[in-house]
Amino acid sequence: MTEDNDGQPIFVIEDLHVSVEGKPILKGVDLVINRGEVHTLMGPNGSGKSTLANSIMGHPRYEVTKGRVLLKGEDVLSLTPDQRARNGLFLAFQYPMGIPGVVMGNFLRAAMKARHGEDLPVREFRKLLDEKLDLLKMDPSFVRRYVNEGFSGGEKKRAEVLQMALLQPELAVLDETDSGLDIDALRTVAEGINALRGPDLGVLLITHYQRILDYIKPDIVHVLLDGRIVKTGGPELSGELEEKGYDWIIQEFAPANAGVAPATAGSSAGGGD
Amino acid sequence: MATKVQDIAGDRGYKFGWNDPEFKAVNVPQKGLSESVVAGISEMKGEPSWMRDFRLKAYGHWLERPMPTGFWGGNIQNYDLDFDDIYYYVKPVAEQGKTWEDVPDEIKRTFDKLGIPEAERKFLSGVEAQYDSEVVYHNIQEDLEKLGVIFTDTDSALREHPDLFREYFGTIIPPNDNKFASLNSAVWSGGSVIYVPKGVKVPMPLQAYFRINTESMGQFERTLIIADEGSDVHYVEGCTAPTYSSDSLHSAVVEIVVKKGAHVRYTTIQNWSDNVFNLVTKRMAVYGEGVGEWVDGNLGSKLTMKYPSTYLMEPGAHGEILSLAMAGPGQHQDAGGKCIHAAPHTTSVINSKSVSKGSGRTSYRGQLKVYPGAKGSKSTVRCDALLLDDESRTDTYPLMEIDEQQVNIGHEASVSKLGEEQLFYLMSRGLEEAEAAKMIVNGFVEPIVKELPMEYAVELNRLIELQMEGSVG
Repeated sequence: MTEDNDGQPIFVIEDLHVSVEGKPILKGVDLVINRGEVHTLMGPNGSGKSTLANSIMGHPRYEVTKGRVLLKGEDVLSLTPDQRARNGLFLAFQYPMGIPGVVMGNFLRAAMKARHGEDLPVREFRKLLDEKLDLLKMDPSFVRRYVNEGFSGGEKKRAEVLQMALLQPELAVLDETDSGLDIDALRTVAEGINALRGPDLGVLLITHYQRILDYIKPDIVHVLLDGRIVKTGGPELSGELEEKGYDWIIQEFAPANAGVAPATAGSSAGGGD
Repeated sequence: MATKVQDIAGDRGYKFGWNDPEFKAVNVPQKGLSESVVAGISEMKGEPSWMRDFRLKAYGHWLERPMPTGFWGGNIQNYDLDFDDIYYYVKPVAEQGKTWEDVPDEIKRTFDKLGIPEAERKFLSGVEAQYDSEVVYHNIQEDLEKLGVIFTDTDSALREHPDLFREYFGTIIPPNDNKFASLNSAVWSGGSVIYVPKGVKVPMPLQAYFRINTESMGQFERTLIIADEGSDVHYVEGCTAPTYSSDSLHSAVVEIVVKKGAHVRYTTIQNWSDNVFNLVTKRMAVYGEGVGEWVDGNLGSKLTMKYPSTYLMEPGAHGEILSLAMAGPGQHQDAGGKCIHAAPHTTSVINSKSVSKGSGRTSYRGQLKVYPGAKGSKSTVRCDALLLDDESRTDTYPLMEIDEQQVNIGHEASVSKLGEEQLFYLMSRGLEEAEAAKMIVNGFVEPIVKELPMEYAVELNRLIELQMEGSVG
C-alpha cells in the first residue's frame, strides 16, 4: 500500500453492468469497501450474486458492458484474472474446481510464488502451511492430495480459506463459503475467516443465508435484487432478512419491473446461484 | 479463453535441436535399399551366414507387403515418405567404445548437451548409448555380470552369445509380421540384448540412451529381452532427437520373453524431432504368473505408429500398458496397445492418456483379444484424451474380439477440453495462463508420469512444458 492510497477505499464498484451470453444480469451495481471492513451481500437465488463475484475476478464468460471496478484506485477490468490476483484480489469459489493430478502442496507453493513474487524456502513454506492448516483444523495429509479432487464440501471450503490465508489478499470475495457446511465446519471456516480479519483487509461476504453471520459480524449489509443493490444497512438488516425473508424487499422493488418477478428473472443465467 | 498456438515445426529454438558440427560419420553407404545394401550391412558387421540369410529373406517380405492400410496405422501412405531417400546403415565410429574414456570427445559433448552423464552416474547400473546406428559406448557394471545378467548391444550379443541369440531372435516378432518389422529385420543395427537368469532380480533400472544424428538416416535398432523364470528387470529407453529439415525414419523392433513368474517392465520416453516417422513394433510374451508392463511415452515425431502388445500365454499371466502421447502442430501420435489373452485367468490393463494441441492429432488404437477357452480372464481399458484448443483432434479406435463368455471386460473412454473453469480457478490464484495450462496438463498425465523413474519423470515434465510453451496466451 503506497502513501497515495491512504484513506481511499480499498475497493470501489461503480455502476457495474454485466451480461452473460448476451443477457444482462448485473444492471448497475455500486459498492464501496474500506480497508478493515466486512461487507455482506445477500439476496435471493438468481439476483446476480455469483455473477458479481466472477465478474470481479475476471471470469471470461462474464461480459462487463459498463462500469468500473477499482482496487486501490486502479481499474482492474482490463486486467487478466491472474493479474488481479497478484494485485491483491481473491475469490473463494462457491464451487472450487478439481484439478486432477495436481498436488495441493505444489499448487499452493506456485500460487504463493505468483502472489508474493518470490519462492519461499521450503522450510518456511512448510511452517506457514502447518500454521494455517492448524487454524482451519485440517489434516497435514491434505497437502499431498490433488487440488479439490474427492474433497468433501467442507474440505473444499476450508481449502479455499486456507488459500486466502496463504495469499493474504487485500480484498477477498467469499462466494457462499458457508453453503453446504454442517455446523461444525461452518464454525471452523468462520473462525478461520475471522482470524484473517484485520485493518488492511476488505471482505465481501456473499451469502444466501444469515447463518454465517452468527459467527462473522459484518460492518455493512447489502441486498442484491435483480442485478442491483436495493438496500444497504447495518448488521440489523441481516436479522430482518432472516426473520422476514426477501419477499418484503421484492414487494418493495418489484412494481418497477412491470410483470416480471425479479426474484426469478435471472435465475437461469445467474451463474451458479 | 483466447488461445494462440505456437508452431513448433517452425521453432528453431527447439531445445535439443542442434547438430554437432564436428561429428562425422564414417562409411556412409548409399541411400536407398537393395539386396546388395542389405547384404553389405551384414558383411560390414561380419555376421554369420544365417543372419545374412535372415536379413535377405526379411527384405523379400518388405518388398512383397503393401503399406499398412485399414485398421492398423496412421495413414502413412498420405505422407510423402521416400524410402529410397534414406540411409539404412551408418557406422559412426570404427570401433565400439569399451569405457567412457574411449568414447570420442564430440560424442561426449553431444551427451553433455543432453545432460546425460550426471543422470548416468547417479542412476545407471549399465549404460548404453546409441549414436547413429551403432552402439559406441557400452558398460556393464561388474555386479551385474556377477549376477549372470547379460546386458549388451545387439551386434555384440550376436557375436558373443550366438546360441541364446538364435534361440529367441525373431521368435516373438517374426520378420514377416508386418511391413516395418520386415524392414527392421532386413536392416537392423544396434539395440540392446538383455538376459536375466532364473530368480535374479536386477536391483536398478537398466538404461540406454540413443539419438539420431545424421540427416535422412533411418534408425533400426533391435532389442531382445529374456527374463528367465522368477527374474525381475526394468529396462528404460529414452531419446531426444535433433531437428532436421528432411524426413527421418525410425523403425525399431522390441521382443521380450517373460518366463514363468518373471517380471519385466519396459519404459520408453521418446521425443523425436517433428520430422521423424516413428514406426515401431513392440511385443512381449508372458508365461505363467509372469508380469509384463509397457510404459510408453510418445512426444515429438511427425507420425508415430506404435502399439506395444502383450501376449498372455499361460494361466495367471498379467499384462499392463500405460501409454502417453502428446501431439503438437503437424504431428500425429497413433499409439495404444494390444493385449491378447491366450490362456485362462489372465489379466490385463491398458491405460492411455493423450494430449493434443494446435493441429496435433492423437489416436488411441487398441486391440483386446480373448481366445476361446481363456476363461476367467479380466481386462480393463481406459483412455483419456485432452484437447488444448479447437484445432486439435483425437480419435479412439478400440478393437475388441472376445471369443469367450466367462470374462470380465471393462472399457472407458473420455475426451475433455482444457477447461476454462480449471484455468480460471488457477489464474484466480495468480498463475499466468500458460503456467496454469502446464499445471493442468502435467496433472492430467501424472498417473503415468508417477510410474517413471524419478529422473525421467522430471525430464518428461520438462519436455511437456517445452511443448506447451506459448500454446496458450
